[in-house]
Amino acid sequence: MTKPVSITPDIAAIIAPRVESTPLVQISNVWKKRGNNVVLKGVDMDVHHGKVVCLLGPSGAGKSTLLRCINAIELPDRGIIYIDGEAIGARREGARFIRLPEREISRQRADIGMVFQNFNLFPHLSVLENIIDAPIRVRGESKATATERAYELLERVGLANKAKSYPRHLSGGQQQRIAIARALAMRPKLMLFDEPTSALDPHLTDEVLDVMKGLAAAGMTMIVVTHEIHFARQVADIAAVMADGVIIEMGPSKDVLTRPSDPRTRKFLARSLQEDH
Amino acid sequence: MNTSAIAPTQEWPGPDSQADQIVDPPRYGRWFAVLAVATALAWVAFQLLTNPGFQWEIVFRYMLSPSVLTGIAMTIQLTLLVMLMGVVIGVVVALMRMSRDPLLNMCAHGFVWFFRGTPVLVQLVFWYNLAALFPEIGLGIPFGGPKFIEIPATVAISSFTAAMLGLGLNEGAYMAEIIRAGLLSVDNGQTEASKALGHKPFQTFRVVVLPQAMKAIVPPTGNQFIGMLKFTSIASVVALHELMHSVETIYNRTFETMPLLIVAALWYLIMVSILSVAQYFIERHYLKGWQAEVVQPQLQP
Ligand SMILES: Nc1ncnc2c1ncn2[C@@H]1O[C@H](COP(=O)(O)OP(=O)(O)OP(=O)(O)O)[C@@H](O)[C@H]1O
Ligand SMILES: [Mg+2]
Repeated sequence: MTKPVSITPDIAAIIAPRVESTPLVQISNVWKKRGNNVVLKGVDMDVHHGKVVCLLGPSGAGKSTLLRCINAIELPDRGIIYIDGEAIGARREGARFIRLPEREISRQRADIGMVFQNFNLFPHLSVLENIIDAPIRVRGESKATATERAYELLERVGLANKAKSYPRHLSGGQQQRIAIARALAMRPKLMLFDEPTSALDPHLTDEVLDVMKGLAAAGMTMIVVTHEIHFARQVADIAAVMADGVIIEMGPSKDVLTRPSDPRTRKFLARSLQEDH
Repeated sequence: MNTSAIAPTQEWPGPDSQADQIVDPPRYGRWFAVLAVATALAWVAFQLLTNPGFQWEIVFRYMLSPSVLTGIAMTIQLTLLVMLMGVVIGVVVALMRMSRDPLLNMCAHGFVWFFRGTPVLVQLVFWYNLAALFPEIGLGIPFGGPKFIEIPATVAISSFTAAMLGLGLNEGAYMAEIIRAGLLSVDNGQTEASKALGHKPFQTFRVVVLPQAMKAIVPPTGNQFIGMLKFTSIASVVALHELMHSVETIYNRTFETMPLLIVAALWYLIMVSILSVAQYFIERHYLKGWQAEVVQPQLQP
């Protein structure tokens, strides 16, 4: 005789996350060579919907390389990265993965926003044109819709009066906020940030970090490579520390950033905090 | 110093302002230079007007003569077609050379190597005399396979076709290098940002890379264009009646060599001037976003 099980709220709380538990990003055993240099040595990492992951680690650890692989700017030499369960840059055929044609990879990239250390705005296009080009050309939106949304985003990053300017005539902080707006215009499922503030002085850094905090609060899934430990403590759900091509420590950011278990993390954090003050 | 008395103002300091201004020192040397240049110009003008050797009345008689005008039409037509061919081939070959495919890369390399490495004169004569080497031109499978189309080479290769092929292929090799240099001048971060936005490869090229490369491509292309306008005169070796050939034909008959050479020089000068103006506007277009910001005067309410 089986008794019918009534689902109490606390059981529901345990079940509910399982329903959504396919991670948005699954990085499985990724290896990458640059020349004879092995830059990523079997990286494994999952990022769930709505989480903010800060990726920390010393220079040359392979953080940028990992981000570029997630966005398929480069493909890993071994291992597969899945976004929403879809392999990036490849199509499964039985047990094998076949490289996708470049046009297909472009479609996958369109769903992932990327913000670069040195902004990479298009200097020959105005701020507005920078933002609306991809929504129109890639997503097929009408110019009116794209423009309307561009102004909404510019409002959100506090630069609505700069729509007609050219990137060269803006400060670094302004350029980076435009770059964020440009990425958001594509309505990405995931945002990648590669040291978005390290080309900026402290005052301009804060205006960019504020925009990113707003984005995290709005529930955007983000992977942020940064040296801003304070920002990581405040905003990140998860902190991952990389060194020499592997993730040496990963966990809730409060734990990793205050009570690191790996001595290398401890050393790295001590040095970063020292630089801050 | 009384700092509290300073009133913030948006206006420019007036003539009675206390604000000092930096002025240029007097430049006496410049006056001598102006004088020297003016004297030289006056002498040239005097010579042009009074020296009977220039025979201006003959110059003006031939300036608009039908055979000179036909020559000009031919020169313009040939230059435009050759440059068009050069740019199209140049883009294709430059992209081939920059691709990661080793076969494409090697073919492009070979093309540039051959056409830059052999004299244009030889290439022209080769095309013109193609009929001697290959009496029949056709499309088919080589080494004795079936032929699909076939035409006698003497019909296919006119002197215009020979000039266009010779100059165009050669120009393509030079343009490929100019365009490649332009494409290389665009920061790799631009390509990456464009890819990250989901642009397809051709969109990245069209929207992001090429417009920025044009800044570096336009000035040397203008040079090539102007050079080609004059260089088309080499086509007289395959009996093409372009401008230089048509004045030669006239002075060989009338022996009015000097005035007819002046006619040709004046026409080239006019055409080059038009090209230079066009180049100025094209350059200005591609410099958008790089110039200093044009400050709009702020209207005070
Ligand atoms: N184009 C390249 N060619 C060869 N090696 C490279 C190239 N770019 C990076 N590397 C090497 O790859 C390794 C990882 O580089 P990566 O840029 O991913 O590091 P990072 O963690 O982002 O460092 P940083 O904090 O300085 O940005 C480094 O050892 C670097 O020397
Ligand atoms: Mg990096």
